Amino acid sequence: MTDPHPVTATRTPVQFDTDELVINMGPQHPSTHGVLRLILRLDGERVVDADVVIGYLHRGIEKLSESRDWTQIVLLTDRMDYVAAATNNLGYCETVEKLMGLEVPRRAQYIRTVLAELQRLASHLVWLGTHAMDIGAVTVFLYCLRERELVLDLFEEYCGARLTYNSMRVGGLPADLPVGWDRKVREFCDIVDQKIVDYEQLLTQNRIWLERTRDIGVISGADAIAMGFCGPPLRASGVMRDVRKDEPYAAYEEFAFDIPVGAAGDTYDRYLVRLEEFKQSTRIIRQALDGMPEGPVMGKVPRLIKPPAGETYHAIESPKGEIGFFIASDGKSLSPYRFRVRPPSFCNLQVLPKLVRGHLVADVVALIGTIDIVLGEVDR
Amino acid sequence: MIETLVVPLVKIAVLLVGILTAVAYLVLLERKVQAWVQVRLGPMRVGPHGLLQPVADVIKLIIKEDITPARADRWVYTLAPIIVLVPALVVFAVIPFGPETNVFGIRMPLHVADINVGLLYIVSIASLGIYGTILGGWASNSKYPLLASLRASAQLVSYEVAVTMTLVSMILMAGSLSMVEIVESQQARGLWFVFAQPLAFFIYFVGGLAETNRAPFDLPEAEQELTGGFHTEYSGIRFALFFLAEYANMIVIAAVATTLFFGGWLRPFPSVAALGLLDIVPGWIWFLLKTFVLLYVFLWVRATLPRYRYDQLMRLGWKVLIPLAIANVIVTAIAVVVL
Repeated sequence: MTDPHPVTATRTPVQFDTDELVINMGPQHPSTHGVLRLILRLDGERVVDADVVIGYLHRGIEKLSESRDWTQIVLLTDRMDYVAAATNNLGYCETVEKLMGLEVPRRAQYIRTVLAELQRLASHLVWLGTHAMDIGAVTVFLYCLRERELVLDLFEEYCGARLTYNSMRVGGLPADLPVGWDRKVREFCDIVDQKIVDYEQLLTQNRIWLERTRDIGVISGADAIAMGFCGPPLRASGVMRDVRKDEPYAAYEEFAFDIPVGAAGDTYDRYLVRLEEFKQSTRIIRQALDGMPEGPVMGKVPRLIKPPAGETYHAIESPKGEIGFFIASDGKSLSPYRFRVRPPSFCNLQVLPKLVRGHLVADVVALIGTIDIVLGEVDR
Repeated sequence: MIETLVVPLVKIAVLLVGILTAVAYLVLLERKVQAWVQVRLGPMRVGPHGLLQPVADVIKLIIKEDITPARADRWVYTLAPIIVLVPALVVFAVIPFGPETNVFGIRMPLHVADINVGLLYIVSIASLGIYGTILGGWASNSKYPLLASLRASAQLVSYEVAVTMTLVSMILMAGSLSMVEIVESQQARGLWFVFAQPLAFFIYFVGGLAETNRAPFDLPEAEQELTGGFHTEYSGIRFALFFLAEYANMIVIAAVATTLFFGGWLRPFPSVAALGLLDIVPGWIWFLLKTFVLLYVFLWVRATLPRYRYDQLMRLGWKVLIPLAIANVIVTAIAVVVL
C-alpha cells in the first residue's frame, strides 16, 4: 500500500486557499500539554496539514551544561522531562560513569532500578490522566493524579523533592533508602495494581473510548522506525524495541519482565501497551525489593569528577521512550566539552503531523496525548 | 380580575425566581457531584460546604468587564445570549408541576398555562435557542467559536429529529398534546409511560443529553479542543446568560421527561392502592423529586464518560437513534390501534 501522505523533507509553503481554514492551536491552548503550538490547516473539521512550532520552553540546557561542572548537570537534567526526572538523572549519570569507566555498587544499581520504575509509573499516570481528559473523561485524570501523589510522597521521603529530584549522583546515589521505605513501596505497588483495574473498567471496554482511539493515528512499524518513533508508541506499532531488554542498564538484566507489543499501531494500542507497562513496572519493583543486596550505595569516585578525554553515547528507556546522552569531554576542563540529548519527546513529536493528517480536530488532541510529550524535554 | 391577571403574574414571578435559583444551585450541585465522584471536595469556602458559592459566582459574573471583541458584529453579538436564554425560560410555562391545589385559599392548577398543543409548544420554542448558539459563534468573528457553532447547529438539528419522534410516540399513547392530559392519561391507566415505552425514554434521554450539549455530547463547547466553544469570546454577564440557558435547558429536559415518562406529579405505582399512604406527599414534591433524580443522572453521566467525536455523534444520531425512534413510532401506532 502506498502512503497517501508521503513524508517530504521540505515544508509545504502556506497557501492562502479560500477553501481551507488556518487555525492556530496553542501555545496557550489547554490541551497541548504545555506550550506546544500547532498551525492547522483545516478543510471543514478535517486536518489537511499541521505545522508543529516548538521552542517556547527553550532554556538552553545543553549549552548551559557546558559551563556547569559534572555534578551540577544532574539537576539540569531534572528540568528536561520534569514528569520523569529520575530517569533523566539515571541516563546522565550512567553516561558519565561509562565515560569514566566507574563501577557502581550493586545495591545502588538496584535502588536506581526501583526509582526508575517508580518514575515510569508516575509518568504513565500523568499520561493516562491527561490523555483521558483530552478525550473528555475528566474523572480518570483526577484518579490518576491521586495515585501519582503517592509516588511523589515516596520520592519525597527518599530525596526530599517531589518533582525535580536530583536523586542520583555520578557513581551511585546520594543516600541509602530510608527505614521502612521498601514496605511503603510494596504497598504502593499493590494499590497501583488495584487501581489499574479501575481505570480499565472506566476506559478499556468503553464504547466511546474505543471509537475515539481505534484506528486513530495509525502508523506502521516500518514508518515508525523511519521517523524515529521510540518508546511505547513504537512498540504499539509492533516493533520489539526496549533499551531495558536490548542493551540492559542498571540492574534490569537480573529481573524477569515482559515487553508489551501492539499490533495495529493506533491510539488504542498505544493505550494498551502503556497500561501493560504499569503491570510490568510493579513486577520489576517487587523483584528488585525482594533481591535488594546489602552494601554501599556510592562507588569509589574521585573527589573531582573529571572524565578523561573522549566521547560517548548512552541511551536508556525513559517512560517516554529512548533518552540518549552524547557527552564529549576534553579531559582538561571541569565541564563537558559538548553535551547533547536525544530526547524521546522531540523525536516522537516530529511524527505528529503525519499522524494527524486526514483526522478531525478532535483527534488532534487525542494524538498529542497519545505520543506523551513533555515540552520541557522537547525544547530543553 | 384576580383569577385572570394577578394569579398568572404571581405564578410567572414565582416560576422565574424558582428556576433561576434552581439553575444557580444546579451549577453548585454539578460541581459538588463531580467533585465527589472525583474524590475531591468541590466548593467549600463560600458558606458552609460552599452553599453560598452560586451567590458569589453571580456577583463575580455581574461585576466582570463585559467585552465585545472589536471585530464582532455588535448587534448580533449582544442579541445571541438573549435568544438562547429566553426560550429556555419560556417553555416552563406549560410544564405542570402538580395537580390542582389550594394555594392561600385559591384553588389553582400548578402551571402557568395549559394549552392544548403544549408539547408542540415546547418543541418549537425550545428549538429557537439554537439560533442564539449559531449567531453567538458567528458574531464573535473568531475561528474557534465559528467551528463550535457549526458543530452546534448540526448536532442540535439532528438530535431534535430523534427527540421529536419519541414525543410523537408519547402523543400516540396519551392521545393528547396537552401536558396536563398526558399526566392524567397515565393516572387513568395507572402506569408510568416509561414502563410501556422504555426505548422511547432511552432515545429521549440520549437526545436530551445531546440537545443540551451535555457530556458525552458536549462538542460545541469541548474545552479541550475548542477552548470553550461558541461562547469563547463572551465574558461577564453575557457569558452567564449562556450558562444559565444551558442549565435551564437541562431542567426543561428533565421536567418534560418527568411529565411524559414518569407520571409527572403522580406518586410511584399510581395503580397500587396499598401505597395510598404515599399520597400524603403533595404532587409537586413528587414532581421535583423525579426531576432532581433525572438531573443527577445528567451530572453522573458527565463525570463518567469520555466525549464522542463530531462525526461519530452525527452517525449515532442519524443511523441509530432516528431509525429506532421512527420504528418505535410505527410499533406504538400499531399497538394503539390494535389494543
